[in-house]
Amino acid sequence: MQLARVIGTVVATTKYEGLQGIKFLIVQPLSKQQQPQGEPVVAADATAQAGPDELVFIVGSREAAQALPNTFVPVDQAIVGIVDEADVIE
Amino acid sequence: MYVGRVSGTVVATIKHEAFHGRKLLIVDQLDTAGQPTGAYDICVDVVQAGVGDRVLVLDEGNGARQILKRNVAPIRAVIVGIVDEINIGNWVIG
Repeated sequence: MQLARVIGTVVATTKYEGLQGIKFLIVQPLSKQQQPQGEPVVAADATAQAGPDELVFIVGSREAAQALPNTFVPVDQAIVGIVDEADVIE
Repeated sequence: MYVGRVSGTVVATIKHEAFHGRKLLIVDQLDTAGQPTGAYDICVDVVQAGVGDRVLVLDEGNGARQILKRNVAPIRAVIVGIVDEINIGNWVIG
Protein backbone atom coordinates (compact mmCIF):
# COMPACT_ATOMS: atom_id res chain seq x y z
CA MET A 1 0.00 0.00 0.00
CA GLN A 2 1.50 3.29 -1.12
CA LEU A 3 0.86 7.02 -1.09
CA ALA A 4 -0.37 8.57 -4.34
CA ARG A 5 -1.66 11.87 -5.68
CA VAL A 6 -4.80 12.07 -7.84
CA ILE A 7 -3.83 13.80 -11.09
CA GLY A 8 -6.72 13.04 -13.42
CA THR A 9 -9.86 11.14 -14.31
CA VAL A 10 -10.72 8.43 -16.82
CA VAL A 11 -14.11 8.12 -18.52
CA ALA A 12 -14.95 4.82 -20.20
CA THR A 13 -18.47 4.04 -21.36
CA THR A 14 -17.86 0.51 -22.55
CA LYS A 15 -16.49 -1.53 -19.68
CA TYR A 16 -16.30 -5.14 -18.63
CA GLU A 17 -19.33 -6.27 -16.62
CA GLY A 18 -19.04 -5.36 -12.96
CA LEU A 19 -17.12 -2.17 -13.61
CA GLN A 20 -20.22 0.01 -14.15
CA GLY A 21 -20.51 2.83 -11.65
CA ILE A 22 -16.91 2.62 -10.54
CA LYS A 23 -14.93 5.86 -10.72
CA PHE A 24 -11.49 5.56 -12.29
CA LEU A 25 -8.81 8.12 -11.45
CA ILE A 26 -5.27 8.58 -12.67
CA VAL A 27 -2.92 8.60 -9.72
CA GLN A 28 0.80 9.31 -9.45
CA PRO A 29 2.46 6.97 -6.92
CA LEU A 30 4.60 8.87 -4.41
CA SER A 31 7.63 8.21 -2.24
CA LYS A 32 7.15 8.58 1.51
CA GLN A 33 8.44 12.17 1.11
CA GLN A 34 5.52 12.61 -1.32
CA GLN A 35 7.74 12.94 -4.39
CA PRO A 36 6.61 11.26 -7.66
CA GLN A 37 7.89 7.69 -7.91
CA GLY A 38 7.31 5.63 -11.05
CA GLU A 39 4.67 6.08 -13.72
CA PRO A 40 1.06 7.19 -13.12
CA VAL A 41 -1.51 4.39 -12.97
CA VAL A 42 -5.29 4.13 -13.26
CA ALA A 43 -6.93 3.23 -9.95
CA ALA A 44 -10.54 2.46 -9.07
CA ASP A 45 -11.79 4.83 -6.36
CA ALA A 46 -13.12 2.60 -3.58
CA THR A 47 -13.76 5.61 -1.32
CA ALA A 48 -15.95 7.20 -4.05
CA GLN A 49 -14.88 10.53 -2.56
CA ALA A 50 -11.37 11.18 -3.87
CA GLY A 51 -10.89 14.23 -6.08
CA PRO A 52 -8.19 16.03 -8.07
CA ASP A 53 -4.92 16.84 -6.23
CA GLU A 54 -5.92 14.76 -3.23
CA LEU A 55 -3.34 12.70 -1.31
CA VAL A 56 -4.60 9.12 -1.11
CA PHE A 57 -3.33 5.65 -0.41
CA ILE A 58 -3.67 2.83 -2.89
CA VAL A 59 -3.53 -0.95 -2.78
CA GLY A 60 -2.40 -3.08 -5.68
CA SER A 61 -2.82 -6.58 -7.15
CA ARG A 62 -5.70 -8.90 -6.16
CA GLU A 63 -6.52 -6.90 -3.04
CA ALA A 64 -7.53 -3.88 -5.13
CA ALA A 65 -10.69 -5.59 -6.38
CA GLN A 66 -11.57 -6.53 -2.80
CA ALA A 67 -12.06 -2.85 -2.03
CA LEU A 68 -15.03 -2.69 -4.42
CA PRO A 69 -18.67 -3.73 -3.87
CA ASN A 70 -18.29 -6.53 -6.41
CA THR A 71 -14.99 -8.17 -5.48
CA PHE A 72 -14.67 -10.31 -8.60
CA VAL A 73 -13.79 -7.58 -11.08
CA PRO A 74 -10.74 -6.91 -13.28
CA VAL A 75 -9.11 -4.14 -11.21
CA ASP A 76 -5.47 -4.12 -10.03
CA GLN A 77 -5.13 -0.73 -8.30
CA ALA A 78 -7.64 0.87 -5.94
CA ILE A 79 -7.79 4.00 -3.82
CA VAL A 80 -8.70 2.78 -0.32
CA GLY A 81 -8.25 5.94 1.74
CA ILE A 82 -7.88 9.70 1.65
CA VAL A 83 -4.86 10.82 3.67
CA ASP A 84 -5.38 13.62 6.21
CA GLU A 85 -1.81 13.55 7.46
CA ALA A 86 1.34 11.54 6.72
CA ASP A 87 4.18 12.21 9.19
CA VAL A 88 7.61 10.84 8.36
CA ILE A 89 10.82 11.09 10.40
CA GLU A 90 14.15 11.93 8.65
CA MET B 1 7.98 -11.04 4.13
CA TYR B 2 10.67 -8.52 4.76
CA VAL B 3 12.39 -6.65 7.57
CA GLY B 4 11.71 -2.93 7.72
CA ARG B 5 11.90 0.09 9.95
CA VAL B 6 8.87 2.15 10.94
CA SER B 7 9.50 5.70 9.76
CA GLY B 8 6.13 7.39 9.92
CA THR B 9 2.41 7.42 10.50
CA VAL B 10 -0.61 7.90 8.25
CA VAL B 11 -3.92 9.36 9.38
CA ALA B 12 -6.99 8.95 7.18
CA THR B 13 -10.61 9.71 8.08
CA ILE B 14 -12.20 8.61 4.83
CA LYS B 15 -11.12 5.04 4.13
CA HIS B 16 -12.43 1.61 3.26
CA GLU B 17 -14.30 0.10 6.23
CA ALA B 18 -11.73 -2.70 6.53
CA PHE B 19 -9.28 -0.05 7.80
CA HIS B 20 -11.60 1.32 10.50
CA GLY B 21 -9.92 1.19 13.91
CA ARG B 22 -6.61 0.09 12.38
CA LYS B 23 -3.28 1.87 12.91
CA LEU B 24 -1.39 2.68 9.71
CA LEU B 25 2.39 3.04 9.73
CA ILE B 26 4.92 3.80 7.01
CA VAL B 27 7.65 1.14 6.93
CA ASP B 28 10.94 1.41 4.99
CA GLN B 29 12.22 -1.86 3.61
CA LEU B 30 15.77 -2.65 4.84
CA ASP B 31 18.59 -4.49 3.09
CA THR B 32 20.80 -7.09 4.81
CA ALA B 33 23.09 -4.29 6.04
CA GLY B 34 20.13 -2.64 7.75
CA GLN B 35 20.00 0.27 5.29
CA PRO B 36 16.77 1.47 3.61
CA THR B 37 16.37 0.12 0.07
CA GLY B 38 14.13 3.03 -0.97
CA ALA B 39 11.00 0.88 -1.06
CA TYR B 40 8.28 1.41 1.54
CA ASP B 41 4.78 0.26 2.41
CA ILE B 42 1.87 1.69 4.31
CA CYS B 43 1.15 -1.14 6.74
CA VAL B 44 -1.63 -2.11 9.13
CA ASP B 45 -0.11 -2.66 12.58
CA VAL B 46 -1.29 -5.58 14.75
CA VAL B 47 1.65 -5.76 17.18
CA GLN B 48 1.68 -2.23 18.66
CA ALA B 49 4.83 -1.17 16.80
CA GLY B 50 6.04 2.43 16.95
CA VAL B 51 8.14 4.84 14.92
CA GLY B 52 11.81 3.73 14.96
CA ASP B 53 11.02 0.04 15.57
CA ARG B 54 12.54 -2.63 13.32
CA VAL B 55 9.66 -4.83 12.24
CA LEU B 56 8.65 -7.88 10.26
CA VAL B 57 6.25 -7.07 7.41
CA LEU B 58 3.91 -9.45 5.62
CA ASP B 59 3.10 -8.13 2.12
CA GLU B 60 0.59 -10.65 0.84
CA GLY B 61 -3.19 -10.41 0.86
CA ASN B 62 -4.26 -13.91 1.81
CA GLY B 63 -2.16 -13.97 4.97
CA ALA B 64 -3.24 -10.42 5.78
CA ARG B 65 -6.91 -11.38 5.61
CA GLN B 66 -6.25 -14.40 7.82
CA ILE B 67 -4.62 -12.21 10.49
CA LEU B 68 -7.40 -9.65 10.32
CA LYS B 69 -10.03 -12.42 10.41
CA ARG B 70 -11.84 -11.23 7.28
CA ASN B 71 -12.81 -13.11 4.13
CA VAL B 72 -12.56 -9.95 2.06
CA ALA B 73 -10.30 -6.95 2.71
CA PRO B 74 -8.28 -4.65 0.46
CA ILE B 75 -5.24 -4.97 2.72
CA ARG B 76 -1.86 -6.40 1.76
CA ALA B 77 0.83 -5.10 4.10
CA VAL B 78 0.68 -5.96 7.81
CA ILE B 79 3.31 -5.54 10.53
CA VAL B 80 3.38 -8.95 12.18
CA GLY B 81 6.42 -8.76 14.45
CA ILE B 82 8.96 -6.54 16.18
CA VAL B 83 12.49 -7.73 15.42
CA ASP B 84 14.97 -8.14 18.30
CA GLU B 85 17.98 -9.46 16.42
CA ILE B 86 19.03 -10.72 12.99
CA ASN B 87 21.87 -13.17 12.37
CA ILE B 88 23.33 -13.64 8.90
CA GLY B 89 26.11 -16.24 9.06
CA ASN B 90 28.15 -15.18 12.09
CA TRP B 91 27.20 -11.57 11.59
CA VAL B 92 24.72 -10.20 14.12
CA ILE B 93 22.61 -7.15 13.39
CA GLY B 94 21.52 -6.25 16.92
